[in-house]
Amino acid sequence: MADSANATPATKEMRMQEALREALRSEMARDPRVFVMGEDVALFGGAYGVTRGLMQEFGEKRVLDTPISEAALVGLAVGAAINGMRPVVEIQFADLLPLAMDQLASHAARYHYMTGGRVNVPMLIRTKFATRAGGGPSHSSCNHGAFIHFPGLKIIMPTTPADAKGLVLSAIRDPNPVLCFESHHLYGIRGPVPEGDYTVPIGKAAVRRAGKDLTIVTCGGMVLKADAAAELLKPKGIDIEIVDLRSLAPLDKETILNSVAKTKRAIVLDEGPMIGGISAELAALIQENLFSDLKGPVVRIAAQPIPPPHSPPLVDAMIPDVDQVVDAVMRLAEGGRLL
Amino acid sequence: MLDTAKRRAMLRQMILVRAFEEKLEELYQRKAMFGSTHSYRGQEAIAVGVCSALQSTDLIASYHRGTGHLIAKGADLYMLLCECMGREEGYSKGRGGKMHMGDMSFGFIGNTGTVGGTVPTATGAALSAKVRGSKEVVVSFFGDGAANQGVVHESMNLAGVWKLPVIYVCENNQYAMTVSLEKSVAVKQLSVRGAAYGFEGKTIDGNDVEAVHEATEQAVAKGRSGGGATFLECITYRWDGHFGGDPGTGYRTKEEVESWKQKCPIKRLKEKLIAEGHLTEEEFQKTSDAVYAELDAVAKRAEAAPLPKKAVVLDAVYATSEVSHG
Repeated sequence: MADSANATPATKEMRMQEALREALRSEMARDPRVFVMGEDVALFGGAYGVTRGLMQEFGEKRVLDTPISEAALVGLAVGAAINGMRPVVEIQFADLLPLAMDQLASHAARYHYMTGGRVNVPMLIRTKFATRAGGGPSHSSCNHGAFIHFPGLKIIMPTTPADAKGLVLSAIRDPNPVLCFESHHLYGIRGPVPEGDYTVPIGKAAVRRAGKDLTIVTCGGMVLKADAAAELLKPKGIDIEIVDLRSLAPLDKETILNSVAKTKRAIVLDEGPMIGGISAELAALIQENLFSDLKGPVVRIAAQPIPPPHSPPLVDAMIPDVDQVVDAVMRLAEGGRLL
Repeated sequence: MLDTAKRRAMLRQMILVRAFEEKLEELYQRKAMFGSTHSYRGQEAIAVGVCSALQSTDLIASYHRGTGHLIAKGADLYMLLCECMGREEGYSKGRGGKMHMGDMSFGFIGNTGTVGGTVPTATGAALSAKVRGSKEVVVSFFGDGAANQGVVHESMNLAGVWKLPVIYVCENNQYAMTVSLEKSVAVKQLSVRGAAYGFEGKTIDGNDVEAVHEATEQAVAKGRSGGGATFLECITYRWDGHFGGDPGTGYRTKEEVESWKQKCPIKRLKEKLIAEGHLTEEEFQKTSDAVYAELDAVAKRAEAAPLPKKAVVLDAVYATSEVSHG
């Protein structure tokens, strides 16, 4: 966590929701252009409690409950951003982003470029994702990979409470539209969060675990599974390095490639569908740049190509698990040992 | 009642808007511009009537048939033509073309090619005005085709709920490309929709520049004083096809097109001013000739302007700093 704007700040233990709330609150206090809108964000404090208390603190003019109109919310944010504001929109589920796809992909993402740089669209869209039992086909998609196809969008995916605060602060201050994917599985996890004006730069990955034998490049909730696999592999003498993307766009190619250049073996691990997703992009990136250095193929582990199901065993069959990661590492090993 | 100087200025603006479309058509025919045209001929009274009722700090958002709105709001003709022709000196440096520009220095939020796509943008700009407590009023131009897009309904609903200072100017030219309005909606007037969102909806003669101006003035005064949104349905007709190369026939009769040409908004104001003794035929001709000559000169410069260099292809995908809102 060497990306803090401050040197060794004091920290406070909190959950990701609280870290996100702290980022929103401090930025609203600092910058009168920042306002929040979304379904149930004001009086109720958001479906996940992230915006709790903000309306009471900043008033109904800056924290707006809205009707259920995802496309218009994103579209209004574009217009408000062009006209001098810094909107933050909450979309309750990533599954609902396709409702706003035109406003996101053909308006927010493109305005700056298509006006020759005359217009900026500084806005943040926060959404919850992650496939889980009971979520089902319309409330638990991992569709983040779809959004890397739109130049002009920045995409962040915090894994720790500290990154949640730091990335969201950077996102609100960024002159571009930023899409933040917040994992359902990570909301409740506690961690130390630096106090004060703590930012994490967008476009910088984090090496979560240093190792010399093999790199797992991953993001979001899968970082925890990669870490669990690494712990299981340690007694076998296999030393795993984990790169947490934190930003899907722009990608931190340097950190990814430096790590794999060192370990010479790579697994890419993603919660989203494999075809055309971030795992495909990472695998292509690594083999294009490091083909002759690699001691084995780049292995992809990602979700099965099915809509997110409802029932627990079906979800378990769809989403990569720790055993799959361990198996993949062992497949890359020769005679049970990474040489 | 508008004074004579203002009405004469509006007449000149309408001539300019039409001359610009004719210049584009000429450039398109001899392949001197890239992409298609979307002629605004016949609809000039709306852009000019609306924008002449705005202050320079007010904002507009436009759509694919948007050159008239830009000119009426004060766009630079050279930069506009350069953009249509894909030149580096165009508004968007050739990145956007005719359908994709934006420049807040003259209150132009932007236009895009998604039908109805900028209606939420305009509404959001009005939300900004309200949150900041500014006195800006925002005009959202769109066509009858856009009126049936979901995002347009969502935006208008929000404008009603939040009483936003926005004017929805629906240019009802009666065809969405080739599909007639009567095949698209079950109501006689689109303006009835205003009531569904809790604000006033009015249907007016979109070929009467003075009527458009007056209706806009009222809507602006209401928006500026916190009275919220207005839906103005302006009935008009597009003389030409939907795009360059579309003869505009097959889905419309010659008689229908001809009857609307008789309702020409320029002719209408011109004849009125002449009848009132505020204009002569010679003065009109002189103004018209001057406008066409000015455009010829601008087009010559634009044609000679450089195209973007390939080396800049990756520039400006991401913004690197804040822009100032002039």
